[in-house]
Amino acid sequence: MDILSILAESTRSALGPIAAIYALAAIGLNFHYGYTGLLNFGQVGFMLVGAYGVGISVVVLELPVLVGFAVGLLCALVLALLLGIPTLRLREDYLAITTIAAAEVLRLVYRAGFAEPLTGGVYGMQNLSAGFRSINPFDGGARYGVGPLSYNGNHLWVLVVTWGLVALMVGLTWMLMHSPWGRVIKGIREDEDAVRSLGKNVFAYKMQALVLGGLVGALAGCMLAVYQASIQPDQFKPQVTFFLWVILLLGGAGRAFGPVLGAMAFWFLMTFTDGVLRGFGSMGWLPFLSGPDYGAIQLAFVGVLLVLLIVFRPQGIIGDRKEMLINVK
Amino acid sequence: MSSDETSGTVERMAGAEPVPGSAKTDPILVADGVRRSFGGLKAVDVEHLQVQRGTITALIGPNGAGKSTLFNLLTGFDRVDAGRWTFEGRAINGRRGHQVARAGMVRTFQLTKALTRMTVLDNMLLGAGGQFGERMAGAFLRPVWREQERNNTRRAMELLERFKLVDKRDDMAGSLSGGQRKLLEMARALMTDPTMIMLDEPMAGVNPALVQSLLAHITSLRDEGKTVLFVEHDMDVIMGISDWIVVLAQGQVIAEGRPSDIRSNQQVIDAYLGAQEETAATGGSDDD
Repeated sequence: MDILSILAESTRSALGPIAAIYALAAIGLNFHYGYTGLLNFGQVGFMLVGAYGVGISVVVLELPVLVGFAVGLLCALVLALLLGIPTLRLREDYLAITTIAAAEVLRLVYRAGFAEPLTGGVYGMQNLSAGFRSINPFDGGARYGVGPLSYNGNHLWVLVVTWGLVALMVGLTWMLMHSPWGRVIKGIREDEDAVRSLGKNVFAYKMQALVLGGLVGALAGCMLAVYQASIQPDQFKPQVTFFLWVILLLGGAGRAFGPVLGAMAFWFLMTFTDGVLRGFGSMGWLPFLSGPDYGAIQLAFVGVLLVLLIVFRPQGIIGDRKEMLINVK
Repeated sequence: MSSDETSGTVERMAGAEPVPGSAKTDPILVADGVRRSFGGLKAVDVEHLQVQRGTITALIGPNGAGKSTLFNLLTGFDRVDAGRWTFEGRAINGRRGHQVARAGMVRTFQLTKALTRMTVLDNMLLGAGGQFGERMAGAFLRPVWREQERNNTRRAMELLERFKLVDKRDDMAGSLSGGQRKLLEMARALMTDPTMIMLDEPMAGVNPALVQSLLAHITSLRDEGKTVLFVEHDMDVIMGISDWIVVLAQGQVIAEGRPSDIRSNQQVIDAYLGAQEETAATGGSDDD
């Protein structure tokens, strides 16, 4: 087992496009939960409509990729309104129930036989990134970077755009949350009745937050589509949402940089445990496990990580513990 | 309370008969036929109620009399089954909580709602109305709202000064004591610049040393011309500072009048005071 190469691979993963895409989706979730206190357990649904917005536009309708992004964002807007209008006036748990169900229903609908002409059904959609690559300023065939941290031109392009969007969204978060608008949003997280009693239209603010976070989630889905060049409905299972929750809590909910640090740490650890498990396996230390079991062990590891996090560092990597523990009403 | 307090009381409530549903000379709030049932239970059934402008009116009654429910209904935090009410001549029944607050009728809560993970100053600034920066698009235009923010901060600091919370301005509201939270909630309500303040049990859970200071704040609100309606359990407090008392029992107004009228009203004594004094005598505390 070569620990150095495992560390290098983990670092590559922490800085890679998937980490950036998860960071983006977690920034959306941070708007929902971290700042507004909305329990969204269906963030993957927003990613799905974003990814398929690109997919259907590019493959079926043969539209430019940027129009695909717009379609994806529009679908997310509609989804957020559909979820929010009936539930945001109710107690917070209704949104949680509705979002988790809606995300699953979306996945089942997109993979259903009747949807196949549009979505490709269970086979998904392929050849999605030609348009995105045609505006690539880098040379798609060449390699950039040094040693293990090198990427081909196409991946570098995705990397630059996705991390660029992450930076933009962190900036957006910071600006919004340091404004009077953000003050109302945080007030709603603390106690929405108090905010209502001060003359603020709480429903409208919650809706704005839900839409905003959903749009950022859809943007992550769009980037996933152009990065992978193909999408399958079954990659949008509920576990993606829970990975996003782990990322958010790991990094620090209600902090602009929390989701970014969380995503990097999460993918570093995922790749690291995978590498270590395989290393042990190849040395014959895990005779009772076969290759496919490693994935399950890895997920168990994520669960243990989350438990340890909640017990020992509930505020996440950059959260404020004092602020976290103050919340006794 | 002093004798000029009493004479002021008389003047403020001139012409009002101490009977349920009595007409006031200058009512700020007029409610008619306000009803709310929970299942088979009639929680509130108020035929007619007027609240005189510029006075402190107390709403009392035994546990389960419907005081808090009436409060929630009037302030738009609960929906009525029937009834209409006007505030400053405008009908506000059916309006939602935030619309009632914008109309100038602001409320506080029995269980204090300090926004715990926000600073005291941010709590205050949240109260200010008409903020450009509170619009989502406006949030990005800092130069546009900077001036407004500065003015609001100045006003917030004046109020914090008055409520002796100015040293706490950068502390998290969750680190304040129960009494300080009550003060903060009252100060925050004042940030909305209301004409009428509805206080739901302002003394509940407050250290006795702070009660006098809270009372002084409430009287000073009235002396500034604001109307105060409050729910309270402590009879000494009520008798001391109220200009007018409305007694609720089983959802209905059973009596109204000046503190002296209420003290001698046999119906009230039967329905409420007797029970209250018994609890007080046995040292029990009363909270619903």
